[in-house]
Amino acid sequence: MVYRLKTTPVRSVNKQNDLLSAEKLWKTQMGGWFGAEQRVVYRGKDLFHELQDHSWLKLLIFGVTGRELSTEQVALLDAAWVICTSYPDPRLWNNRVAALAGTARSTASLAISASTAVSEATVYGHRAALLSMDFLQRTMQKKKIGINLEKIVEHELKSHKIISGYGRPIPIEDERIQPLLKKAKKLGLDKGVYLRLALDVENLLLKKHPRNFINAASLIASLFADQGFSTREYYHLSSLSFSAGISPCFIEASEKPEGHFFPIRCERIEYRGIKQRQWKNRKIQ
Amino acid sequence: MAKRNKPETIRSRIWQEEAEADNPFAAKTCHCAGYDVYGDLLGNARWVEYLFLLLQRQAPLPWQANLLEDVALILANPGPRDLSVRAAMNGGVGQSTSASCLMAALAVGAGQNGGAHELALALQGWQQCGLDLNAWQSWFDSLNDNERADIWRVMEHFPGFDPHGVSCATPVLQALQQCCTHRPEGEGALSWLQKNRTSFEQVAHNPLSMLGVASAAFYDLGFNPQQGEMLYLLLRLPGAAVHALEQMPRGWVHYPFFADGLQVENDPGSFSE
Repeated sequence: MVYRLKTTPVRSVNKQNDLLSAEKLWKTQMGGWFGAEQRVVYRGKDLFHELQDHSWLKLLIFGVTGRELSTEQVALLDAAWVICTSYPDPRLWNNRVAALAGTARSTASLAISASTAVSEATVYGHRAALLSMDFLQRTMQKKKIGINLEKIVEHELKSHKIISGYGRPIPIEDERIQPLLKKAKKLGLDKGVYLRLALDVENLLLKKHPRNFINAASLIASLFADQGFSTREYYHLSSLSFSAGISPCFIEASEKPEGHFFPIRCERIEYRGIKQRQWKNRKIQ
Repeated sequence: MAKRNKPETIRSRIWQEEAEADNPFAAKTCHCAGYDVYGDLLGNARWVEYLFLLLQRQAPLPWQANLLEDVALILANPGPRDLSVRAAMNGGVGQSTSASCLMAALAVGAGQNGGAHELALALQGWQQCGLDLNAWQSWFDSLNDNERADIWRVMEHFPGFDPHGVSCATPVLQALQQCCTHRPEGEGALSWLQKNRTSFEQVAHNPLSMLGVASAAFYDLGFNPQQGEMLYLLLRLPGAAVHALEQMPRGWVHYPFFADGLQVENDPGSFSE
């Protein structure tokens, strides 16, 4: 059968005009380069005059949030990334991508880009971090309208089976908790309501299962919620948090003999599929 | 960590290897879902048949292979205005690495505006609603009902339909028409989509997009949303590659920079010392 090609307008003309007006103009409050004037604007400030003394991390936070944080607040984020997200262990899945890139003789930027992208994982990494922050923010809102914490936790477990930011595969406390709490205390940033909430949730969850310890995702999220970070801001910042652990894995693998990073022999593929058969003479239905 | 006696293995229902006698790291034979890849498939199977086999672990029927081949051609090059291809060309104009050009295309082409995550959502829609327009309406109404935040933002338009379209574009109609030729009329989602396109567009408030055609084809081919998402990313890469290659020798001078296009709304002006 031959179908006739019909074009039937289903949109108003105004919608098409959305793109027409966007075609030549991008309005921004984030900034731009004014090459002829030898200057750069960054979120409404002159990069060379007003922001030149910022540390890179402080500038990153300003870029994400539009807020200028205190030295102590920047130091807290710095410490969270140093203590919690910089393990140079090439067996960790995101780091392993960089090590594989090194042993395959790929480039440093490709390695760190791919590893960073892989770090947006659900069972660990950026998605888990976002979910942890989101849980704490939603829980705080619910508490503020008078819902009992135990009921909130029950609802969360019923709806999503787990609460991101709690639990580990092994029955020991997350080794990152005490060093980061110690640092937060030293900086005078350990008295916030979100940290209290995160620890209260841990107490409730431990009654259900001995492995439900608070993990670093929930701790970092609570500390940053206490500094006024929204879920989205925290997510944007987290996206680069594994960098310091990734690069060493790439460097070492690229300096050792090529292909020597945990090579896998043929017999270590454990095949569990359909038994051997013939393609050429198969029966076609 | 306790020492393991048994070596850790990669479990697979797709791939099996037998080592050469002189080297445990070199494969003598490779079987894909039971078929000898280099001793039997090579020379006897088409690329799309092998692709289908890799995904489904079974040989495609002739109509399935032919439909997949059509979809592969339809998706191969979205053209240099497409967001993912533009991302690849931005790698090309600066003579970035080839992989970075494709990674850029994958990152941009992964999204929910014409990208692979939109395709996955559309396939979820097919799985849940099938050929029931009322079900599609309810599905879309509840698509963003999630109390939790996610790395993916809320969906801003009906998956499979062009949010900026005015009428269904000619290539989309041509693609849909060709994809419908592989099965008898009335069978499958593509045929239903062909028959009910205008009604569906009224529900979606937008004209059908090429992604919408691909989603119906993938549904008819039996791919789940995750498989469809991967395949959509994969099949759109040829265009990204060739347009990046085309820009490499030309460089940024012959490529749009939107020199007069940026308007900084909070410009503090030149800084006086």
